[in-house]
Amino acid sequence: MKLEMKDAPGQLVAALKPVSEVGGNIIAVIHQRDEKQRGGMLSVQIVLELPEQRVKDLTRLIREQGVNIQRIGHERLLYQKTVMVIGHLIHTDLGDTVDRIDCTGYAEVTELNISMPAITQVSSARLLIKAVNREDMEQAMAILRRVAKEKEFLLVEPLEEIE
Amino acid sequence: MRVAILGMGSVGRGVLQMIEEKNLGITVTAVADSKSALMDRDGIRIEEVLEAKRIHGFCGDKSLGAMDVVTGAAYDVLVEVTPTNAGTGEPALTHILTAMERGHHVVTSNKGPISREFSRLRSIAAEKGVQLRYEATVGGAIPIIHTLTQGLAGNRILAIFGVLNGTCNFILTRMAAEGLTYEQALLEAREMGYAEADPTYDVKGIDPAIKLVILANTICRETLKLEDVEITGIDLLTNDALRLAEEQHCTIRLIAEAIPDRGILRVAPRLLPISHPLVVEGTLNAITIETDMAGEITLIGKGAGSVETASAIIGDLLYIRDAHAGSHSKTT
Repeated sequence: MKLEMKDAPGQLVAALKPVSEVGGNIIAVIHQRDEKQRGGMLSVQIVLELPEQRVKDLTRLIREQGVNIQRIGHERLLYQKTVMVIGHLIHTDLGDTVDRIDCTGYAEVTELNISMPAITQVSSARLLIKAVNREDMEQAMAILRRVAKEKEFLLVEPLEEIE
Repeated sequence: MRVAILGMGSVGRGVLQMIEEKNLGITVTAVADSKSALMDRDGIRIEEVLEAKRIHGFCGDKSLGAMDVVTGAAYDVLVEVTPTNAGTGEPALTHILTAMERGHHVVTSNKGPISREFSRLRSIAAEKGVQLRYEATVGGAIPIIHTLTQGLAGNRILAIFGVLNGTCNFILTRMAAEGLTYEQALLEAREMGYAEADPTYDVKGIDPAIKLVILANTICRETLKLEDVEITGIDLLTNDALRLAEEQHCTIRLIAEAIPDRGILRVAPRLLPISHPLVVEGTLNAITIETDMAGEITLIGKGAGSVETASAIIGDLLYIRDAHAGSHSKTT
């Protein structure tokens, strides 16, 4: 989101404080000092992640700090993961497999690349899954693991180092 | 320092050869293979024993066996390098227990007893005041156990990720590089001598899971078993999957993973960026350790081989000698 505030000490902190209050995570703060602003105002862009339903609370809290919100950009599904599935993907209803993720509302299969060598052989597919946040991604992966077990797929997950 | 060596397979022969060549101050007072044994308190003639083994297929007196060496030979350290029996750990388990009960140190490459009876072996070693070292059980020449227990002492180990099976890594490397099918790559691994006639232990992920148990038990207080590991092998992978991975600058490797705080103990094929340090080629092994103080450390090296494994065994032997001598002064 793009914010406009007075160019005075403490203003930026005041504008960012509500983000943590509503449980948001600040990814980047871009400070554009060289942008000439009218009336000694300062323009700041912040990139953050936040559950959608809390956006209203956040805008209210920021405005209460006397900070003007110029614009809120929107990228709904921030987390993405590429996985492989190998097995009889078509015969076990690929549409259903994708649907089990999509129907959650918080995660989606946004890309699917599939290779089907022959009718009797197993297919291999690469899926790009996007989710709203890390927890939702974990949920989506848990669903996919269950589906893989049920339909006897080999699921290859990315290796992610711990933080 | 006097050592008795049980097992004259590739590892045992490598150890004997290096002790003979390198003037390390180690005297071999006994050897045993599956058919015979030989003891001499002044030191056996290594060259002659290796020659006899090569020509006749056994090393010494057929009326003697491994247990005669364990109970009757004059030695400070027992080197247990007989073949692994992952089911019961025997007869290596009895060899190790008996030697420790009698007050001898033990160095082993045998995964069976270390993965199955670690807490029991560790408590007996502590009780008897002897050392039990097992560097050669995991990662071949890579000094992973030493790194975890000595080099990173005082660190909290947050996670271990490893490529612990050279056979699987070779197969995956060949599938990715040449577009071979799994069956073709396995056949090639057999021809190169990297895969056993029955490759089940490797390709189903059991061998790396056993090694993961050993690593996990080294860093955790609780005792973990093979049954605690979630295991998926590489035998269902397709070259199509590897090709689809490559389109995203990724590849697939069989990764053993232990994250103690999350209770994760898993062996499974995983997607990794090609530039990832664990993406090693051929039969190499690689292990990444994540710690609280040291951050991330990755070790890469040869995971098998006669002299490579001997390196791990000899490292353990010299560690025991130096730890007990209390100095690194001389090697006579």
